[in-house]
This record gives sequence, structure tokens and C-alpha cells, in this order.
Amino acid sequence: MDRKISVPLSAEDAASLRAGDYVYLTGTIYTARDAAHKRMQEALDAGHSLPFDVRGNVIYYMGPSPAREGRPIGSAGPTTASRMDKYTPALLDLGLLGMVGKGRRSPAVREAVIRNHAVYFAAVGGAGALLSKSIKAAEVIAYEDLGTEAIRKLWVEDFPVIVCMDAQGTDLYETAAESFRREE
Amino acid sequence: MKTVRIEKVTDTVREMCMEVNYQLSSDMCKVFENARSTEVSPLGRQILDQLAQNLEIASKDRIPICQDTGMAVVFLEIGQDVHFEGGSLEDAVNEGVRMGYVDGYLRKSVVRDPLIRENTGDNTPAVIHYRIVPGDKVKITVAPKGFGSENMSRVFMLKPADGMEGVKNAVLTAVKDAGPNACPPMVVGVGIGGTFEKCALMAKQALTRPAGSHSAVPYVKEMEEELLERINRTGIGPGGLGGSTTALAVNINTYPTHIAGLPVAVNICCHVNRHTVREL
Repeated sequence: MDRKISVPLSAEDAASLRAGDYVYLTGTIYTARDAAHKRMQEALDAGHSLPFDVRGNVIYYMGPSPAREGRPIGSAGPTTASRMDKYTPALLDLGLLGMVGKGRRSPAVREAVIRNHAVYFAAVGGAGALLSKSIKAAEVIAYEDLGTEAIRKLWVEDFPVIVCMDAQGTDLYETAAESFRREE
Repeated sequence: MKTVRIEKVTDTVREMCMEVNYQLSSDMCKVFENARSTEVSPLGRQILDQLAQNLEIASKDRIPICQDTGMAVVFLEIGQDVHFEGGSLEDAVNEGVRMGYVDGYLRKSVVRDPLIRENTGDNTPAVIHYRIVPGDKVKITVAPKGFGSENMSRVFMLKPADGMEGVKNAVLTAVKDAGPNACPPMVVGVGIGGTFEKCALMAKQALTRPAGSHSAVPYVKEMEEELLERINRTGIGPGGLGGSTTALAVNINTYPTHIAGLPVAVNICCHVNRHTVREL
């Protein structure tokens, strides 16, 4: 089913999405990948607050290429989500409701997605130039020294994603590949 | 003896780094278009259409096809009658990479130390492989490698008794483990034989061989064809979301090996499989 949804996510929207839904996101999301996740975890361990309130928000696992003049961002496709698995359950338990990335997640992330009625979306890996057209503005809000890995706030319009793991824990990567398998 | 100015190497590498990140190579175009016409899954076709649109935008607007513009891998085949003039060859290649990545708005993805992890800020150093060959030409291959797929690559030190089936299983295992992480449809480079490091290097080199071409060795060609078909039966599909296009090509290189060993390396690459060649 094709749906248009605003971000940050409402609890109702997050819980109602189903694996396989094709979704267009409009609103604001935040980027964070390996190094930013490590720093956020260190901040939590030290009892500090995070650079942004994760409640209801969506994190996009993405480190862009530099923007050309007049463009808000360069190429901006998803990176492999499993590298963030170690840090993700803690963020979900703090109220993070959505993630955009590519690739499989760990059982611990799946449990945290179910526990918190959250959702994991996939954007098409390798479509960074196309996806950049749905990003209307970008601003570094934390960890600027990390360069491409800094946390950015993105204003997105009809950003195309597919629900890969829904609040019930259904994993599209498992079900979809299985239905096209033709091995003996 | 032919003299090659070192600045020529820098300029060439600079241009190649940019070109290869904006523009799909003609061999990849061909196998990609072929996949679009044969994919059976509607969602799979939709994803391939998105990737086709992405390629158009990248080429037209000179935006990198993928934000992961890779670590620059450079193969240099240097004729033994060539003399380089004007400085260090290694520095010249790295300067070309630096200029290409800075001037071309390409992402700087290289950290100086694997554990301290401070970004070098200009995507250097490159990984450079040199080979001395007869003649007076310099052949430069630039093949920037993204790490979504690089992380899913494997080396298997098989036993001679594992034989042909063992090799095929190793390739299929690596592909299935890679699944959606490696941005399928993939290109699979395989190195069989040699030593631990030789098979890994062959797997990387195999990725730079034109997709759709085949090994000159008849049994290797058959293996390439059989593995491509079997990989496409796994159902992984475009984006890992199901379908009949999981790989666009399987390229295998082989080399003599030791009586006690059967090394196999599987280097996985995404559908872009950046590679470009020029000769000086």
C-alpha cells in the first residue's frame, strides 16, 4: 500500500505501518551513522542528554557527499543499518520511532522495534542522487567535526521508503526473498 | 624508453575518480538494462527503475551515483620501458585522488588509522596495486570501492578435497550472507587459487573485468554462468526485497596454487561496480 506520512512520526502512524508498505515521508528527520551513534552512546553512558530529542523521531543512517553550489546536499542514500544495531535498542527505548537504512537488523533490534511499536524503513541502496532530490534543506546540528558523519537535520518532501520491519516484527527481507526463491 | 611526466598521472587519476563516480560504465549499463527487461517482481522492477532514474540524475547533474564514493583502488600496469619524471609515482596517484575527490564533490570516506579513526579529509591514501609488464605503456584502472558491499566480502581457505562444489558453495554462502546489505543487484568477483592474499587480489581484479565478458578457460566460463543463474535463484532480488535479479555478473579469475590448498575469495560489489581504464 502507498502511504504519505509526516515525520516526526505519530505513535499511531508508526504502529499502523506494515512490512511492504511503500511510504513517502514529509517533514524532518535526522542523520546519524557509525561515529555519531558511538558518541550518542557515550553521552548516554556519561548521563548527558542527546543532541536532539529522539522521541517520535526518525534517524536516517546516511553520510552524504558534499553539496554542490545551490544544492542542500550531495548524494544521500542509505548506509548499512546493521552497523548501528549495537546502539539502536537503547535509542528505541528512549522513544525513537523510526529508522531508515538498508539491510538486515539483529534479533535485539527486532525485539526493541516490537517492544516500542517502532518501524524500520529501507531506502533504495545506491540511489543517492535520486534520493537527494527529496531533501529540501539540511543543517548540521551536532558533532560537526565528524564531517560526513555529523548529525544533520533534514527537511524532506515525499522521501520514498519501504517498510522493512513493522511494529509486529515482520521482516520484509525474509518474506520477500522467500517468495521468489527458486532453489532446489 | 618512454618518459611519462608525473603530472600526467595525477591529472588522469583526478579525472577518472570523478568520471567513475558520476557515470555508469558501458558494460554495466548493458547488464543493468538486460536485468530491467527480465526482472519478474513488480517491486523489484520498481527498484530497478529507481536505480535507472538515479543513474540519469547522477550523470546529468554530476552528483555521485552513490554517496559512498568509496576508497580509491588503483591498479597500475607499468611497461618496463617507461621512465617517470617529475616526482614520486605513489604521491602522484594520491594527489590525483585528492584532487578528484575534493574538486568532484565526492565523499571523503578514509580514516588515517583503522582504530583511531580520524578522517584524512581528502580520501587519501588510495590502495595502489602495481604490476610491471613488458612494453612502454602505463595502464591505469580506477575502481573506487564502497564498503556496504566490501564488508560482505570473504576469503575461504578451502581444502583440495572440497573441489568445484566447495568453491560454488563458498560463493553462494558469501552472496546469501551479503543479501540486502550489499545493495543488490550485485556483481561478484571471485579469485580461486594462489595464496591467501593472491586470491583476494584476483577477486578484486575480477570486478574490473567487463561485466558480461567471460573467462577464456572453458570450465571457468561455465562456472561463471552456472553461479550467476544459481545466485539469481536465491530470490534476494533488487534491494534485497525479492526478485529474480540478485547478481548482474559473476567474474572469476584463477591462478596456480599449492598442493595443500584451495583458496577462494569472494569480493562483492553493488550494481554500480565502478571501474574505468585509461592508457598513457
